[in-house]
Formats: sequence, structure tokens, C-alpha cells
Amino acid sequence: MSNYRIQGATGDWEVVIGLEIHAQVTSNAKLFSGASTEFGAEPNSQVSLVDAAMPGMLPTINGECVRQGVRTGLALGAQINKYSVFDRKNYFYADLPQGYQISQFKHPIVGHGTVMLDLEDGSKKEVGVERIHLEQDAGKSMHDQHPQFTYVDLNRSGVALMEIVSDPDMRSPEEAGAYVTKLRTILRYIGSCDGNMEQGSMRADVNVSVRKVGDPLGTRCEIKNVNSVRFVRQAIEVEARRQVDIIEDGGTIDQETRLFDPVKGETRSMRSKEEAHDYRYFPDPDLLPLEFDDAFIEAARESLPELPDAKKARFMEALGLNDYNASVLVAEQDSAAYFETLVAAVAKATGKSEGDVAVKASNWLTGDLFGALNKAGKSIIDTPVSAEQGAGLLALIEDGTISGRIAKDVFEIMFETGKDAAHIVEEKGLKQVSDTGAIETIIDEVIAANPNQLAQYRGGKDKLIGFFVGQVMKATKGQANPGVVNKLLKPKLDG
Amino acid sequence: MTDLTKLKIAEARDLMKKGDLSSRELTEAHIAAVDASDQLNAYIVKTPEIALANAEAADKKIKAGEQKGMTGIPVGIKDLFSTKGVHTQACSHILDGFKPEYESTVTSNLWDDGAVMLGKLNMDEFAMGSSNETSYYGPVKNPWRAEGSNNDFVPGGSSGGSVASVAGYAAMGATASDTGGSIRQPASFTGTFGMKPTYGRCSRYGMVAFASSLDQAGTITRDVRDGAIMLECMAGFDPKDSTSVDMSVPNFEAALTGDIRGMKIGIPKEYYLDGMPADIEALWHKGIEWMKSAGAEIVDISLPHTKYALPTYYIVAPAEASSNLARYDGVKYGLRDVPNGGNLDDMYYATRAAGFGDEVKRRIMIGTYVLSAGYYDAYYLKAQKVRQLIADDFRQAFKQVDAILTPTAPSAAFAFGEKSDDPLAMYLNDVFTVPASLAGLPGSSVPAGLSSEGLPLGLQVLANAWEEETVLKVSGVIEQAAAFGAAPSEWWR
Repeated sequence: MSNYRIQGATGDWEVVIGLEIHAQVTSNAKLFSGASTEFGAEPNSQVSLVDAAMPGMLPTINGECVRQGVRTGLALGAQINKYSVFDRKNYFYADLPQGYQISQFKHPIVGHGTVMLDLEDGSKKEVGVERIHLEQDAGKSMHDQHPQFTYVDLNRSGVALMEIVSDPDMRSPEEAGAYVTKLRTILRYIGSCDGNMEQGSMRADVNVSVRKVGDPLGTRCEIKNVNSVRFVRQAIEVEARRQVDIIEDGGTIDQETRLFDPVKGETRSMRSKEEAHDYRYFPDPDLLPLEFDDAFIEAARESLPELPDAKKARFMEALGLNDYNASVLVAEQDSAAYFETLVAAVAKATGKSEGDVAVKASNWLTGDLFGALNKAGKSIIDTPVSAEQGAGLLALIEDGTISGRIAKDVFEIMFETGKDAAHIVEEKGLKQVSDTGAIETIIDEVIAANPNQLAQYRGGKDKLIGFFVGQVMKATKGQANPGVVNKLLKPKLDG
Repeated sequence: MTDLTKLKIAEARDLMKKGDLSSRELTEAHIAAVDASDQLNAYIVKTPEIALANAEAADKKIKAGEQKGMTGIPVGIKDLFSTKGVHTQACSHILDGFKPEYESTVTSNLWDDGAVMLGKLNMDEFAMGSSNETSYYGPVKNPWRAEGSNNDFVPGGSSGGSVASVAGYAAMGATASDTGGSIRQPASFTGTFGMKPTYGRCSRYGMVAFASSLDQAGTITRDVRDGAIMLECMAGFDPKDSTSVDMSVPNFEAALTGDIRGMKIGIPKEYYLDGMPADIEALWHKGIEWMKSAGAEIVDISLPHTKYALPTYYIVAPAEASSNLARYDGVKYGLRDVPNGGNLDDMYYATRAAGFGDEVKRRIMIGTYVLSAGYYDAYYLKAQKVRQLIADDFRQAFKQVDAILTPTAPSAAFAFGEKSDDPLAMYLNDVFTVPASLAGLPGSSVPAGLSSEGLPLGLQVLANAWEEETVLKVSGVIEQAAAFGAAPSEWWR
């Protein structure tokens, strides 16, 4: 249960949120034509005769988009409908060449599924997915190209979208943000959508209503085309506040479509219910109902990778990772893959089991490597230190060749130069000294050089052992094995 | 020398095969005939240069021993079929200046076999009409006149240009399309053979859409054999049309055995209309006698939902049309009308107001209404259910019979203006043809006799889905028995 509440003059208000995510299907060709879907091409360079709605042109279904829709449904544990129907959603707009969008209305390809949210306080929440349907994207109107005219780019026209409709299960901006994030992670894992919100591959329509806790649902407003997780959160906050203010001032909420302006931090009315289109949905007579068999579904299922929730559970149960590290690592498939390669390589190099080396590996990865990548503005994909190289470094720590302290320096050089850890350690002579004879000699010299401290120590200030350890490490340029130093130092100090 | 324009496709084919005739000769004669047919207003665009180039290529093909059924045969193309680089406007003002960059599959099939394109044929605007009076390019005149009269008659519709060009010897065959009767009814009005195949037999790719679940390409020819030859060339599976069906195309001409002994021919009682003209009923009875004489068995059948076919059709077809015609908005091609200072909505209003004719507007409005929220269930959904019942009627009937024989239309050709102010009277023209369209079945209209005024009348033959061969076989027997030797007087030449 979310504790998120809007404080109003009359008390606390609960916000109810449902999301419709439009996710562009990863495929080379559009949903009903052979035209390319690549982002960023010259305007109107990727438009087939079908996309431009030339007279007599007919849509034919792209099987890859269907397969991706089914894979997405399976990844959300949803019901897959072997029979679905494409409908026409009729409305006029300049960037909608057919005068209708081919979508699925009564019989979507995917039925009810779920998304499990991992919230910041470590708790989990299940959000229902009502349905997923396939539909065409529209083109793009460009109003800034000419003083009198609007230009239209049809490259996007006909590109396949999955509309993923959630149940109104979310109760805070955080939950809505977590839902978008989690959904994006899943889509990217299975490769059905690249999740690129800046390029518009994922857009959210946010439905928001408010109510006093325990009351029936209030009237909702739909905020269209929100294109980042941050904006989803902000839009909900300001919209919920707006609705509370209206109701508390004695007004009522009009069901309407609104736009979020992130610059002004407000939502604005786009069209009211009275102006809403009558879309006149009816089955597209140019297309037969979409039907496939169990074998098609099974093949789609077999093509799915291990999904984030399963992977996280395995990282925690089999490898002993804590919830935080596991969550961070599975958030991006590339991070998880890096981690798995890393752990396997460390285990191999040290002859230990993966379970024995995984926790340290996860700490190094989420701490040192992610920290350095973050600082350098890089992602795991363009890391200068490969998983194999990382394993080389961790193996040197594990077998005592270098100390954890030295490892930090070595890693810094690795990150800058891309060289292997062993090479750097060799080159710079950073090998840890574990030779008891050599260390004893240095300990004796340090004790002899600091008679005052020795006297104080022996007088009861046993914390001064740290001082002696520091001096020994300093004298060995950090290369002395700290374990060996501790072991040898104490008896000598104690006399 | 004989008038080459009087040859049938099969005859010309055989002459060319023997080397006694070239496509060039045949084509030149037809180009002249097209020019001589201006009074009929059948052609809205003539393409003599293309025709001559096609003919030259065809003659080479024939010489190389690669002759097929339609090689070297001059044909006219209904303006509904996209022809690359050539005017394609479905005879609507709203497609002004439109020349597609693509070719319809049906015409591609014709050109691939070496057929010769004479030009584009007039039609009712977007195929909406039963008299060819709704064309932006003016009405087509029926080559036939009543006995002893100089009055003009409509050719029927919507394939008015197709039938007039074939009946008027200005094409050996013509492509046509049938949504509710647009091949069969005009064929009946002009003494030509009209053949509509099973829905899905010919690709709709490149056909300007009227009502997608009903539109089907077919042929207008001067006899049954020619229809078989031409249809075989046009038909076939096309992956570019999802509703096209992947079935092999039989040798249709081979179906014309003339032997229908033992076949069962159904006579549906619901097709006896109150007030049906006596000459039409008499012709129907003649047809029944011909069937019996040829050794077929006559079976009285019932198609109980027949009376709902017209209202069902006039919900389904306009609904689909209202959506199919949304793309004509002034944005991409064709007509654009923007009032001074107007915005996008103003452009839509002005363009569509100026670009569409009255009948098209009427159907867009009907279609929009029946799909609207609150009316969808009562109209469109109910119509779809009734459509199923009508299809079921035929399914039941074809358990008992091999083919069904009916009149094609409830009247002979009528005068201009006679029904154009009364949509309901006009729609009644389709009463016998619409049920088979709703069921997607193959059907033909065979010239079988003359009305009391001396105007042609046709009989309709229907068969089960994919049984075009049955339709053709029975049509051939009617053709032979009727010995329809009448011809128009060629007043236009």
C-alpha cells in the first residue's frame, strides 16, 4: 500500500493511476508494409505506397510484429489470444493518410498479464496489465517548417506499436515511474522494443484521478504522450494537485484529454469529452482475423531470454547477492550479462565456486566499475574494462597477489588505459609482499623508529596498532599483505 | 475484309495463332473503333500509343511461340483499376490528375500475358451507382436502343463504360468490378456476358476500394468462352491482398463442355417479385426449359433471407466506403480546395464537398451513421449477422443443387434520369445480384433474350464458392440455347 497522499484543505487524497504505454515494436519493416522503420532518416524517405494510403493499396501483416507482440505478452505472463482482429479507428488528421488507424479494439492479441514493481523502499507491488494490442503509428506533423503550411513526414506512418494498457493499480508517482521503468526493462530484455523514450520508441498516456481513501474512483483525465519517466512522475503530481484543488473549490473534474508542459510544470486541456472523436471502430475488411497455433506461441516462448525477475531471484538465491545489488544488476540486460561473465571468469581463475566469488564481484561491479562509468558518462556497453579484465583484477585480489587498496589504483589505470590488471601489477611492481621474513624486518625497523608510540601502546593505548600498521604499509608502499602484517605485528608490540 | 472489331477473343486468338491475323491489325481496327465510339462516352482516356506498343510486343510473343489466351487482345480497363502512369480516378473529381506509380495485379496479369490496353473506361463514381449516371465524366450511353426509337438508355452500372465498350465493338473485352451487381446488371442491360468470380479469386491490389469485403474484379465479354479466357488470365493468388485466396486457377475454358446432364439447377422462390415485368418472368421460364432440355434437373429451392439482402448491403457497403474514402482529403493527391485563410478542417470540408458527387456523399453519410457510437450494434453489427444468414441460405441450397438460375435484374435498361432522383428505385436494380455478392459467390449474367421493347435481358447463374467452372458451364448452355443473335444498330459509328 502506497502512503502517497495529496494533502488538501479537506484532508488527504489518494491518486489513482493507469498507464497506456505505446511501445514501438522492434522490426525491420512496418506493421502492414515493407517500408523500413529506421530512426532518423530523411523525411518521407521510408514510405511505401501503403503507408501513404495510395488508392487501391492494401495492408498485409508483418509476421515479425505479431511474434514480438506474442513474446511481449508471454514476458508479462499474459494470456495470448490465438484469434485477434484488426479494426479501423476512423478519424481525420493530416498525418493519418488512410483516414483511419489500423488497431485492435474488441479482440486484442494479448489479454491480462502482470508487471511486478520493485519499489525504492524494497517492497514489491504487482500491477495488472489489462491487454496489449498491435496498431499502426501515425506520421508526424511539422508546424515549424513554413509560415503558412504544415509539413507531414510519413516515415513513422504505419510503424508497429504495442499499446500496453495497465489496470488502474498505481497509487503514487513513484509507482507509475517504477512501472514504466520495469516495463522498459522487460521489453529491452526480450528485444521487442528498444525502450528509447527520447526517440519516441516508448510513450505513455497517463490516466489520473483522485479520491478520498476508500471512496469510489473519481473522474479521470488522460495526459497524452508523456515521454520520460521523470515527466510521468511530474505530470501525475501536478495533475493530481490540480484535481484536488478543483474538487476542494467545489468544482468537478471533466473527463478530458490533457497535455503536460514540463517547462511550465502544468497540464493543459487538449480536448474535452464533447469534442472527443467517435472513432467508428469496425473490423478492417482488408485484413482477415489474425490466427496462429500453439506451435507459434511455443516457439515465441522458447525464444525468450531469462527475464529480469527470474534473474534477480537467481542472483540472490544461488549467488547470495543482496536485493539492492541484484536489482541494480538486472535493471539492464547488459549489466547482468557483464556480471555473469565476470563471476564465471573469477571462479575459473581462482578455482572457487561462483557462489564464493559472486558477492565481491557484485560489490566491485556496482561500486567501482559503475562509479567510474558514471563519472565518465559511459554505459556498460562501452566500458573500457571488459568482464574478463575485471575478473583478472578480482582474481589477483582473491589469490593475495594485490591488496584491495592496491586494486583500486590498478583499476584506475585499467579504466584509463584498457590494459590487463596483471600487466599493470607487473609493470609497476605492485605485487603484494607476503614474505614473512621481509615484513618482519620492516616491522622491526618501524618499532625501533617509534619508541614513544610503542611505550604508549604498551601503556594501554592498544588502538595505536593502527598507527603501526599504517607505518608498515607506508614503508612497503602498500604492498605488504595486510593480513600478514597484522599477524606479525601484534606479538612484537606486545613484546 | 471483315470488321475485325466483330471478332470474339477466342476467334482472334486462333487466327493470330495460325498467323492469319496480327495483333497490330486487330489493335489498329480497335483504336479506330474507340475513336468512333465517342458518342457512347465509354472511354474517358484513350491510350492508342500504349495499345500499339503492346500490340507490337504481343506480335513478337506470338512469333516466339509464347502466345497465351489474352496475347494481342485489345481490352478496355475500368477506371477503378490502377494503371501505372495512366489516369486512374474511379471517375471521381476528387482524384483529379491522379496517375498511380503502380499497376493493379489484375491488369498486371493481363499485360504479362500480352493483352493490349485501349484506354480507361467510364464508370459510376467510385463504382457507386447502377446506371453510370454518377460519373464525374458524364453518363455512358447504352449502345442498344429500343425498337424503332432513337431514345438513349443507361448502360447499367457501375461498369457502364466496360459494357458499352464491349457491346459497342470498341473493345474485345473489358475489366469490370462487382460490389453488389456492377458486372452482372450492366451486362444484362447491354447483351454482354458478365462474369464475377468468387470473392478472393482476383486480387484487389490496385483496385480503388469501394467496399473491401464485397469488391471483386471480373470480366465483360461478348460471349461465355471469351469470359472464361479473360478471367483465367486475370485471376490468381496475390500475397499483396490478404483476402486473396491461395488456390490454383483452373482452365476455365475447358469447363465449357456444354454438358449439364444430371446437374441440379435451383430456382429460388424468393426471386419471384411482386410486379416483376412479364417479359423477365417469361425469360426466366424459358431458361428453366433450356436447362431441362439440356438434361439438367430443376429443383425448387428457398433462400429465406433474400428480402434482407438489399438493406444489409446498403449498410455494409456504405460503412466500408465511408472509411475507404476517408483517404481522399486533399492532403496527399488529387483535388485540394483550401478556402482563403482556411485551416486543415476547412480544407477537408471544401475538398470533399467539391470532390465527391451526391451519390458518394449520400453513401459516406449512411456509412458514417451506421458505424457511429450508439448505432453500430443496431445497424452494422446486425447487418453482419444477417449477412451470415444470407450466406448460410446459399450454403444450404448448394447442398441440394449445383447452380442457381435467376433473372439478372428486375428490368431492362431504363432511360436517363428515370431513377436518378429516387435512390431506392435505383438500389432495387441490385435486388437479384446483391445476395450472391454478400455471400462472396461467383455469378454471371448471360444474354438470353430481348424485352418487349427490344432491349437485352440477361439470366443470372450462381454457383458455390470456387465453382466458377459450374457458372461458366451452365452459362455456356444458356448461351447456346438462347442463340442470342440480336445486336445493336451501331448508330454511334
